[in-house]
Amino acid sequence: MAWDRNQMAERAAQELQDGWYVNLGIGIPTLVSNYIPEGVEVTLQSENGMLGMGPFPIEGEEDADLINAGKQTITELPQTAYFDSATSFAMIRGGKIAMAILGAMEVAENGDLANWMIPGKLVKGMGGAMDLVAGVGRVVVVMDHANKHGVSKVLKECTLPLTGKAVVDRIITNLGVLDVVEGGLKIVELADGVSDAELRAATEATLVN
Amino acid sequence: MKKVYASPAEALDGLLQDGLTIAAGGFGLCGIPELLLQAIKESGVKDLTFASNNAGVDDFGIGILLQTKQVRKMISSYVGENAEFMRQYLSGELELEFTPQGTLAERMRAAGAGIPGFYTKTGVGTVIAEGKEHKDFNGETYILEEGIFADISIVKAWKADATGNLVFRKTARNFNLPAATCGKVCVAEVEEIVPTGSLDPDCIHLPGIYVNRLIQGDHEKRIEQRTTRAA
Repeated sequence: MAWDRNQMAERAAQELQDGWYVNLGIGIPTLVSNYIPEGVEVTLQSENGMLGMGPFPIEGEEDADLINAGKQTITELPQTAYFDSATSFAMIRGGKIAMAILGAMEVAENGDLANWMIPGKLVKGMGGAMDLVAGVGRVVVVMDHANKHGVSKVLKECTLPLTGKAVVDRIITNLGVLDVVEGGLKIVELADGVSDAELRAATEATLVN
Repeated sequence: MKKVYASPAEALDGLLQDGLTIAAGGFGLCGIPELLLQAIKESGVKDLTFASNNAGVDDFGIGILLQTKQVRKMISSYVGENAEFMRQYLSGELELEFTPQGTLAERMRAAGAGIPGFYTKTGVGTVIAEGKEHKDFNGETYILEEGIFADISIVKAWKADATGNLVFRKTARNFNLPAATCGKVCVAEVEEIVPTGSLDPDCIHLPGIYVNRLIQGDHEKRIEQRTTRAA
């Protein structure tokens, strides 16, 4: 037992606070918008130049001029505002975005994050990830605890090229929730049916109490 | 003052030569100056450097200039979705300067505002910071990034008046605005040129001072990822 993709997204949605402007990455983080708690109003930023991102359009209403940062067609909301890329990253760099929720390949116990490049494999680029993790108020990573070979992605040190140095605040995985604290990671919560021992065994990083 | 030209080729006449640095607007395929890119392809100029967030797809956007090997270098944040790009990059034919997306936008904006460099936290502790000046401000480390001073800017807007005032539409504004400001000459393509005086002066996104030449044309406006929900 552990959390599935949707349960991880649902848990990540609990991180949202009323009035926040947030940026959701591609993959599981995108699902977070399906679980925004009742009474919590958040505005989603798309870093290609939009605040107030709406759902996908119904068929026939796609607009080539209206896409998200994943280049998917989307819609606008009554509170939507558009702006250029320099303004978009000014609000990111300027700390106006309260939180970014994003996926990762590796996270280290000091908060280092790697999610843009695997040496020797096709390099696509960092897009806006380096700007986001360096600029937003709080960085929450949502990812599987281990890679497909069963190797922990929660490490003492990242092995892949970094996206940001000491930038992660909280990690939500299929096994539970961990915070980056002085000296290592602290277990905040266990996923349904996951024991403390299982989480520890699946984690390479130093765990502190 | 004549800014309106009859065709993309005429709008670029006298501006193009081998080895130029061109700042291009657009994000993915959204809001790219597709007509001007086609005209640059037909001109045959080569050894171009493009500052552009993406490199298009194989048969659209900057991708069409990669097919004809007219591009020497890309300054971009994300170049997935383009097989020919990858082939040329991996074989060493094409140079690539990865720049974080916000840093790229700010490098354009800064140059357009006469600022040759700025400090940012983005990329500190990563490969992006290697070889760049580091400086601490209030206990935090920043790196120096330099403005991109382009020879030409090519951008796409929704509407213009004959004086070059531009209005963009939805998320197609993206890099078009900062890119327009950082070139010595800016050529803009729009869907519609409206009579001067019919745009609300309070709602001009980019004042005509930044725009030197202008064309109106029909745009394909290709969608890269068509995603829908159930009605």
